[in-house]
Amino acid sequence: MDAGILTQQAFNALTIGAMYALIALGYTMVYGIIELINFAHGDVFMVGSFVTLWLLSTFGVQGAINDPPRLTIMLIVMFAFTMTVMGLVGVVIERFAYRPLRNAPRLAPLITAIGVSFILQNIIQVTFSNSPVNVPRVIEPQAGATVQLPQFAVANFQVTASPVTFAYSHIFIIVLAVSLMVALQLFVGRTRLGRAMRSTAIDREAAQLMGVDINTTIALTFFIGSALAGAAGVAWALNYGTTKFDIGFQAGLKSFTAAVLGGIGNTTGAALGGFLIAFIEVFSSQLGYSRWSEAIVFSILILVLVFRPTGLLGQRLAERA
Amino acid sequence: MRLMRTFQAPTAAATSSSPSTPVATALLELHDVVASYGAIQALRGISLEVHRGEIVTMLGGNGAGKSTILRTISGLMHPRSGRVEFDGHDITAVPAHKLVRLGIGHAPEGRRIFNRLTVLENLQMGAYSRHDKAEIASDYDRVFGLFPRLQERHSQSAGTLSGGEQQMLAIGRALMGRPKLLLLDEPSMGLAPVLVEQIFRIIRDINAQGTTILLVEQNAQMALQVAGRGYILQTGKIVLADTAAALAQNEQVKIAYLGG
Repeated sequence: MDAGILTQQAFNALTIGAMYALIALGYTMVYGIIELINFAHGDVFMVGSFVTLWLLSTFGVQGAINDPPRLTIMLIVMFAFTMTVMGLVGVVIERFAYRPLRNAPRLAPLITAIGVSFILQNIIQVTFSNSPVNVPRVIEPQAGATVQLPQFAVANFQVTASPVTFAYSHIFIIVLAVSLMVALQLFVGRTRLGRAMRSTAIDREAAQLMGVDINTTIALTFFIGSALAGAAGVAWALNYGTTKFDIGFQAGLKSFTAAVLGGIGNTTGAALGGFLIAFIEVFSSQLGYSRWSEAIVFSILILVLVFRPTGLLGQRLAERA
Repeated sequence: MRLMRTFQAPTAAATSSSPSTPVATALLELHDVVASYGAIQALRGISLEVHRGEIVTMLGGNGAGKSTILRTISGLMHPRSGRVEFDGHDITAVPAHKLVRLGIGHAPEGRRIFNRLTVLENLQMGAYSRHDKAEIASDYDRVFGLFPRLQERHSQSAGTLSGGEQQMLAIGRALMGRPKLLLLDEPSMGLAPVLVEQIFRIIRDINAQGTTILLVEQNAQMALQVAGRGYILQTGKIVLADTAAALAQNEQVKIAYLGG
């Protein structure tokens, strides 16, 4: 057994999990407030990676930026810009594709969501490309801290340790994602608008009676969820250095699974689910079942839903009449 | 949105029907309100008024339209025709979330508390439209004064409260908006008799503190005891309007709602 490789893989899983978690939050927030599975959400993430690409090419950035102050400014601009743009895209999608169908049967907005998904993909195919495109990796991908874990033996069992590299780009993605999640929790849990969002999710009419403008609240939910997906898009570009018009499908499906696994409607659950899915995926590959990793992820989802239909952290509170 | 001040002519009813209210100006007026759920007509021309300081009750069987009237007043529904005036404003088409600011508080049918929020958060939601921090703080004291149980359980999730406590929370939450008019929809439903007594005592207290109340009740006996006036509804129409005392003596009302 190699403790170094396990640590390295756990670190990789954290990075991927951070992205899944950011996307999963948008699924769960939107489901929580209007009970819509927003199938276009994965594509919002995808468009986010292209917005970053556009921004970098506009600034003429070709590759890694090695000057720390300039890099910092660039990262702030990338995230602030992409998150704002994607937040607004989310608001527009809600306004024109979902709001008119708010009182229609459930299936109608679901179909619309699939339609929006195709529209976003087509827009990117036409304006950018059909094939994978490279995104400059502003954080030098090779740079990182390499750590040598101690080697030791338990009884006759030798634990070796290959050196582990903690890439700065990964560290940055994890720290950023966790910070965004904490900020979201504080916003939803502690602020007046967060309370309005939670109230609207529980009982829309009662929230209106308190003076909550539910249209604004729902738009705000889409803004935040889509901005987080945009952040995941930037993280993707930083991490892989490439993007394609169809990356939203798989990432979206896995993030949606993460949201369901954690308990749809529950933000902590979505974050937890995102990391869990990434760990399952990475470690099933590590154990030599990489071709099975998706099957394993979805089998676990099925098992969880059979034995705990509300997901890991789903609401189980008895509702009294 | 129409929020024009409309001229208020003193109506005949306002001057004659309620000796218990010294200042007989209507806080709320419904003029020939017609409302429907899809094809089903729920209100078939309702005209009523509530004066400042009054407790007015609406009695009637299931489906008579009592809750629909409250929903029409608080903006959750809008009339197909007719007019709703509140405190000098035409509110017929004003959306619900703007009416809280004008002074309408609604404790709806079935309580509708936010079960996954704490008791305190529910009350904070009640004060959502307000920004007068000091006043809000004193209103918490007022609500906790009326319902000490809510203070004991303020950090508890509202869904874990008993039925009576949830009702108290629903009323307390509506009071946190500092309403001029409080709409109460079946506050005694499903409560043990001793709690019913308590709720009605509190309704009286709230009214004594200056809030006008429009009360929908199944428990006609209690309702007619606290109310000054009452309306009897049948299938979307007002069939009888009188002082509560007169209604309590009315033979038909006795048979239909007071158990003979």
